[in-house]
Amino acid sequence: MTEALLSIRNLSAAYGMAEVLFGVSLDARRGEVVALMGRNGAGKTTTLKAIIGMVEASAEALSFAGEDIRRLPSYRIARLGLGYVPEERRIFTDLTVQENLEVGRRPARDGRKAWTLEKLYAIFPNLAEMEGRRASAMSGGEQQMLTIARTLMGNPDMVLLDEPSEGLAPVIVEQMAEAVIAMKATGIAVLLCEQNLHFAAAVSDRAYVIEKGAIRFSGTMAELEANDEVREAYLTV
Amino acid sequence: MDLSFIIIQSLSGLASASSLFIIASGLTIVFGVTRIVNFAHGSLYMLGAYLAVTIVPLLLDVDRSLPMFLLGVLISALIVGVFGALMEIILLRRIYHVPELFQLLATFGVVLIVQDLVIKIWGAVEIPGPRAPSLRHGVFIMDQRFPAYELFLIAAGIVVLAVLWLLMQKTRFGVLIRAATQDREMVAALGVNQAWLFTGTLFLGAFLAGLGGALQIPRVAINTQMDISIITEVFVVTVIGGMGSVPGAFIAALIIGQLQAFGILIFPKITLVLVFLLMAVVLVVKPWGLFGKSDAAAGRAILPEGILSLKRFGTVDNIVAGLAIAVLLALPVFGDNYMVKVGIEVLVLALAAFSLHFLIGVGGIVSFGHAAYFGLGAYAAGLLVTKGGLSMEPSILLAPIIAGAFAALFGYFVVRLSGIYLAMLTLAFAQIVYAVCFQWVEFTGGDNGVVGVWPSSWASSRQVYFCVVLAFTLSAIIALRHAIYAPFGYALRAARDSATRADAIGIDVRRIRWFAFTLSGAAAGLAGGLYSFSKGSIDPTMISIPMSVDFLVMVLLGGIQTVIGPLVGAAAFHSIKDFFMPLTDFWRMFLGASIILMVLVFPRGISGAAASLTDRFKPAPKPAVAPS
Ligand SMILES: Nc1ncnc2c1ncn2[C@@H]1O[C@H](COP(=O)(O)OP(=O)(O)O)[C@@H](O)[C@H]1O
Ligand SMILES: [Mg+2]
Repeated sequence: MTEALLSIRNLSAAYGMAEVLFGVSLDARRGEVVALMGRNGAGKTTTLKAIIGMVEASAEALSFAGEDIRRLPSYRIARLGLGYVPEERRIFTDLTVQENLEVGRRPARDGRKAWTLEKLYAIFPNLAEMEGRRASAMSGGEQQMLTIARTLMGNPDMVLLDEPSEGLAPVIVEQMAEAVIAMKATGIAVLLCEQNLHFAAAVSDRAYVIEKGAIRFSGTMAELEANDEVREAYLTV
Repeated sequence: MDLSFIIIQSLSGLASASSLFIIASGLTIVFGVTRIVNFAHGSLYMLGAYLAVTIVPLLLDVDRSLPMFLLGVLISALIVGVFGALMEIILLRRIYHVPELFQLLATFGVVLIVQDLVIKIWGAVEIPGPRAPSLRHGVFIMDQRFPAYELFLIAAGIVVLAVLWLLMQKTRFGVLIRAATQDREMVAALGVNQAWLFTGTLFLGAFLAGLGGALQIPRVAINTQMDISIITEVFVVTVIGGMGSVPGAFIAALIIGQLQAFGILIFPKITLVLVFLLMAVVLVVKPWGLFGKSDAAAGRAILPEGILSLKRFGTVDNIVAGLAIAVLLALPVFGDNYMVKVGIEVLVLALAAFSLHFLIGVGGIVSFGHAAYFGLGAYAAGLLVTKGGLSMEPSILLAPIIAGAFAALFGYFVVRLSGIYLAMLTLAFAQIVYAVCFQWVEFTGGDNGVVGVWPSSWASSRQVYFCVVLAFTLSAIIALRHAIYAPFGYALRAARDSATRADAIGIDVRRIRWFAFTLSGAAAGLAGGLYSFSKGSIDPTMISIPMSVDFLVMVLLGGIQTVIGPLVGAAAFHSIKDFFMPLTDFWRMFLGASIILMVLVFPRGISGAAASLTDRFKPAPKPAVAPS
């Protein structure tokens, strides 16, 4: 087993007095797509926010690319190459599509090839047609593409992707899956939060299942698909 | 009114609009990104003007030409920009997460410090500025003479608008500013170092303020009151335009410029009132200004969380209160004249602070203009006695009624808003009252006020008047305290904690807040009335912003979560002020630094700090165990 790119040991997090995560541990290797599955309110989003320092959290270890990121502000974590695509998308609606991408732009690290607008438009052709349009005038699916593209502009080594398929039409979900596969093909690791097992299964190598703020299962995607018990207990509604 | 006159008038309106816009754009950009309403923006403007009257003449000595003049203006603005950046690095950076009220207070601390610095460096007398070479003449427009410099100012406003537009649309810095105005947390998650973005924003904002100030030097004599007078105007512009919106600031500046230019023809004395009325109307119709976004102001705590749990009196509080009353009763018997005088002032201020505490701590209504009601009470009593021919007794009784009536009038608008907009509106109303008292010289005595406000002969000895004050203030404080624990008080607190929930259980939130605002105003008015007789005079400082800030400091010094806090705060604040002020020329600087320190170190006030000390010795909550 190669060394983990992202490594989490015993991560706990709380919103004020309300504790939400209770000792989450997980790993992801370079170029690997890892799914974090669980029902609504299980703690998926909170896990991602805790990783990038958006909620108060404590952990035995939390490292990315060999660096301890527990005390780092979000922008430093992002600069290490860890991108975040929030569930609510958080597009800058007052800005145009191109300006949204500009906010995300960061130079590539150690001489690797940088993402360019052309490469992104190849994955998300819809975006190319609406470069100058204000983001507020986009559909939900288009906004989802934009938020992923915006994070890719930072040339990350890993992306935390929060429920990209949520509330989207099947055709768009299909496109999202292709986008994740394209990211993996360029060597980007993905931690994918999902409730949609089909989507996760189509793109992920391994899976963790979270419920009430604790990891209940970890294994390969095939193992999860074969395990009716876990799926019924933690994934079906 | 012929056409040429109208054109000239609107041109001069455009010139002031242009100046206003240059300054206001800086404030609104800074607010958009940092979410801090920078009270010191007016001080930056004043600094720009003072630097320019120093630097520009030096350059004109080298070469008396327009480019030299402009170079001097630009250098002054750049220095102010650096000052703004330093202010961000030293102060603002530490207070982004504190509640809005504290941010306002901390930046007001900077206002106080800059005032004393300016007086120290440049002196207190007005300084006339140099005229701009090549722009000293008049231009004839339809046979009317119009100053060329005013035309130049109009052009300057347009240039600033164009440059800002380019900066915002075409540069990465501008795109980041606009993105951060919308969602700064997300901007950070994309790897942008906010610290530099914020420092850069403050530089830009301060530069614009300094530019606005430096451009004024050929028009007005530079003086030490420029900061407060401009900041209220600029607040109005940004609030009407919508906090954070540059186009909004532009439109609002245009409207206000014209309103002033033509208002002065119709109501020469009350143009300021017109301007504030416009603001009140806009805020009632569009609570976030013309171009503002609700998310910019909503959902943020103006008050610190967790300090609003009002505790009932415990044994200790009862003993302290009992002792305090015993000391007060003994004061006229054993104390000397000076102690009795201070005692009267402390009692009066304690009532005023208590009424503000009632509004803030119980009602969650953070008023930045509480001195208005204190001053209205003082002026009502003072004018009734000196001009109305009434004696002291009915005047003191009418003071709270008149102040309460004004509080009801203003409160009608105020309670419709929340957060920072509410604070700004209370400030604006206080400035209306101030402006009227200041400008209506025949009736109010203007700057000098009115003297000869003496108590009736039976109460003319300090000792007797002390007892009068004690009786009034104690009964008013006890009555307010009863209101806090009456069903009215509970409803008010329910509305404070969650307006929607209070609404759901059938509380008419607006009405109950309105009532609280009126009651609090009346109590402050009573304090003001009593104060005017103790001083023997009335003057506009009783209504000024620094007075409102003094009240806020008293409340915060005492801590918000105890009923006794404001009383302790008033006593402590007044004693310190009375002791130190005669000793130093730098009282304002001292006060300003103390306010900043208080915000940084004890955001919960003195008694709040004591409470957190005792909290620390309680056993820590057990760490939660993971459910299995
Ligand atoms: N801002 C918040 N404040 C308080 N509790 C929250 C907040 N956000 C989420 N929670 C709570 O944390 C738990 C986990 O939420 P979340 O991480 O969003 O779950 P998921 O992403 O798996 O749906 C839920 O019980 C939710 O109610
Ligand atoms: Mg979620």
